Amino acid sequence: MKIILYIIRKEFKQIFRNKGMLPIIFILPVLQLVILSNAATYEIKNITFGYVDADNSSTSRDLIERFEASTYFNVSEKFSSEKEASTAMQEGSVDVYVNIPTHFERDLQKNKRNDIGVFIDAIDGSAAGVINVYATQIIQNYNKHIATDLIQVSDSVQQPSSIDSIPLFWYNETLNYKTFMVPGILVLLVTMITLFLSGMNIVREKEIGTLEQINVTPIKKHQFIIGKLFPFWVLGMGLLTIGLILAKVIFNVPILGNLLLLYGYTSVYILVILGMGLFISNFTDTQQQAMFIAWFFIVIFILMSGLFTPIESMPKWAQLLTEFNPIKYFVEIIRMVMLKGSGFADIFPLAIKTLAYAIVMNGLAVWSYKKTT
Amino acid sequence: MKRFVGFVRKEFYHIFRDRRSLFILFGMPIAQILLFGFAITNEINNVDIAILDQANDVTSKEIINKIAASKHFSIVDIIQQESSIESIFKKGKVKAVLQFENNFGRHLIKEKQATVQILTDATDPNMANTISNYITSILKNYQHELNNAVSIDYQIVPQSRMVYNAELKSVYMFVPGVMTVILMLVSAMMTSISITREKEQGTMEILLVSPLKPFQVIIGKVFPYIFLSVINAVVIVLLSIFIFNVPVKGSLFLLGFESILFIITSLALGILISTISATQQTAMMISLMGLMLPTILLSGFIFPISSMPLPLQVISNIIPAKWFIIIVKGIMLKGVDIGFLLKETLILFAMTLLFMGISVKKYKIRLE
Repeated sequence: MKIILYIIRKEFKQIFRNKGMLPIIFILPVLQLVILSNAATYEIKNITFGYVDADNSSTSRDLIERFEASTYFNVSEKFSSEKEASTAMQEGSVDVYVNIPTHFERDLQKNKRNDIGVFIDAIDGSAAGVINVYATQIIQNYNKHIATDLIQVSDSVQQPSSIDSIPLFWYNETLNYKTFMVPGILVLLVTMITLFLSGMNIVREKEIGTLEQINVTPIKKHQFIIGKLFPFWVLGMGLLTIGLILAKVIFNVPILGNLLLLYGYTSVYILVILGMGLFISNFTDTQQQAMFIAWFFIVIFILMSGLFTPIESMPKWAQLLTEFNPIKYFVEIIRMVMLKGSGFADIFPLAIKTLAYAIVMNGLAVWSYKKTT
Repeated sequence: MKRFVGFVRKEFYHIFRDRRSLFILFGMPIAQILLFGFAITNEINNVDIAILDQANDVTSKEIINKIAASKHFSIVDIIQQESSIESIFKKGKVKAVLQFENNFGRHLIKEKQATVQILTDATDPNMANTISNYITSILKNYQHELNNAVSIDYQIVPQSRMVYNAELKSVYMFVPGVMTVILMLVSAMMTSISITREKEQGTMEILLVSPLKPFQVIIGKVFPYIFLSVINAVVIVLLSIFIFNVPVKGSLFLLGFESILFIITSLALGILISTISATQQTAMMISLMGLMLPTILLSGFIFPISSMPLPLQVISNIIPAKWFIIIVKGIMLKGVDIGFLLKETLILFAMTLLFMGISVKKYKIRLE
């Protein structure tokens, strides 16, 4: 026990003596949490709108006015030709434009039906879908308007039956993205810091040559590993605490559930990450290799965590792969506990998987760590 | 010149002798682009939803069948009381509950109006919003079928054309993004490590007493990595063309030129990082912690920059990845020529010069 304490003290000293690292460990994550949480929004705002009005009739002007009046489309630009509009889209200065052909009004009155071209920059497919819905809505509303405007409204018009759908957004009525993103990004930061630091730690001693010195001391394998990893565990918990305080104070993210439960889960979760870091450390010779591997896994973990893109939409094999993604579990649980107030029974199935993961990962790490070279 | 060539050769030896790093260097980008290209999509499909059908009549059953037939949803639970909604949301699997009021069908026929509540778990606001939009449109279609006797005169029919991506494939969005993240991080990380390693191992002293000038040392360090990163870029572009069918509408030559420019920008950033950090550990943490999330989140890779709050839109301008993503999308998907990308190209160029300039200035030729 005493030996472990000495190693822990040594590790802490090493962390705090490295003045270059301190801001990276403590300030960088905080800054990123505060700044980047604002960036992650799928809401489509500030759509730049353009139009080509070859007809220039009262109908076409009316319709354009409706687009201009809409809050979704904030800038509007008039193009003299379709070609000009398409060039603007290539430049990226316009997201969507409508093309009103000549004789638009005349044909509409004659045929009672006319087409209008809506061109959407669809490289971002999901944003294009949303823009399409907005544009269609505006045009349909306008249809209703001209229908009542041009036809004499008769009382005998049969009233159509309608289904009212009432959307209710639970846990986040205003659809505030920050409530969703802050806990998620906090998870990413805690994971990145603990994985990178633990992954680099032992391999660093290997590279510098000090590991041999430790290996020839009577320090036992388990003492060494516990002593090495404990400081990072503390660091991870500390980072979580700072993050939670910021989430509450700056972003006013609700914390409905039991904090003790969250801390209990996190303490197990960090073990998974530390085990992983140690495992990587054991299989690499240089810090460079260790970091490449850690980076590889982190990018996969982040992008397949369900934080930025839904897991449900992935193909089946990819969904299976996400079962091995620790970040996925943590993101889900921190959201459940903080935002929904889920209790122990709710998170149990996920927590038990994390625990199993921790045991396997650390088992592998300890097994693969050899005191002899 | 001869000295310089010798120095570059030494760098190549360093890289090629470390087989493991080399394997990681080439294997991982391939693995990542394949994995992400197939797996990541921001469409919303197969969402688990539950039904609370208090009406249990013909109409509600018909609507439920329509929803079950949609690829967006799979109905996993039929619940009986309102009180169980909260508990299933807390378990987290079910993302939405559709609640039909009592006598739904009768209301619809007699009173011409009936209500469906769409309760969504909005801890993921994007998901909640999309689910509610999809269900609403299914309901609207059903309503339309009911009412097809009553038609509206005068109709303007929007003919939407999805320009550049007619099938709305997510891959079009993610390939340029993943390519950028990989090139940026690999290049910056590799160079930042290579210089600090010399410092840490003490071999920097040897370089310092050599007749090589500081800028020669720096260029010599960067040179091999340009070569490696270009190979990476080529592999990624080939994969995206042949496996994901992402078109290259513009000139391949231009794409190559811009990629090399971006690689040099990233390498220059890597050098800058290495000059300000004393150990490999610091260098790696700066390039990983400092670059990873900003490159993913502030570059327009996943989240549209125009929707961000103004201060962040301003900050995003200093992220090199943002400009490269615009360039790649422009060349590959829109088929634009250099005329459209002058601004972006010049910005990347200026950034490179800036990073290089600071590095040469900060490069210490004395030991402390």
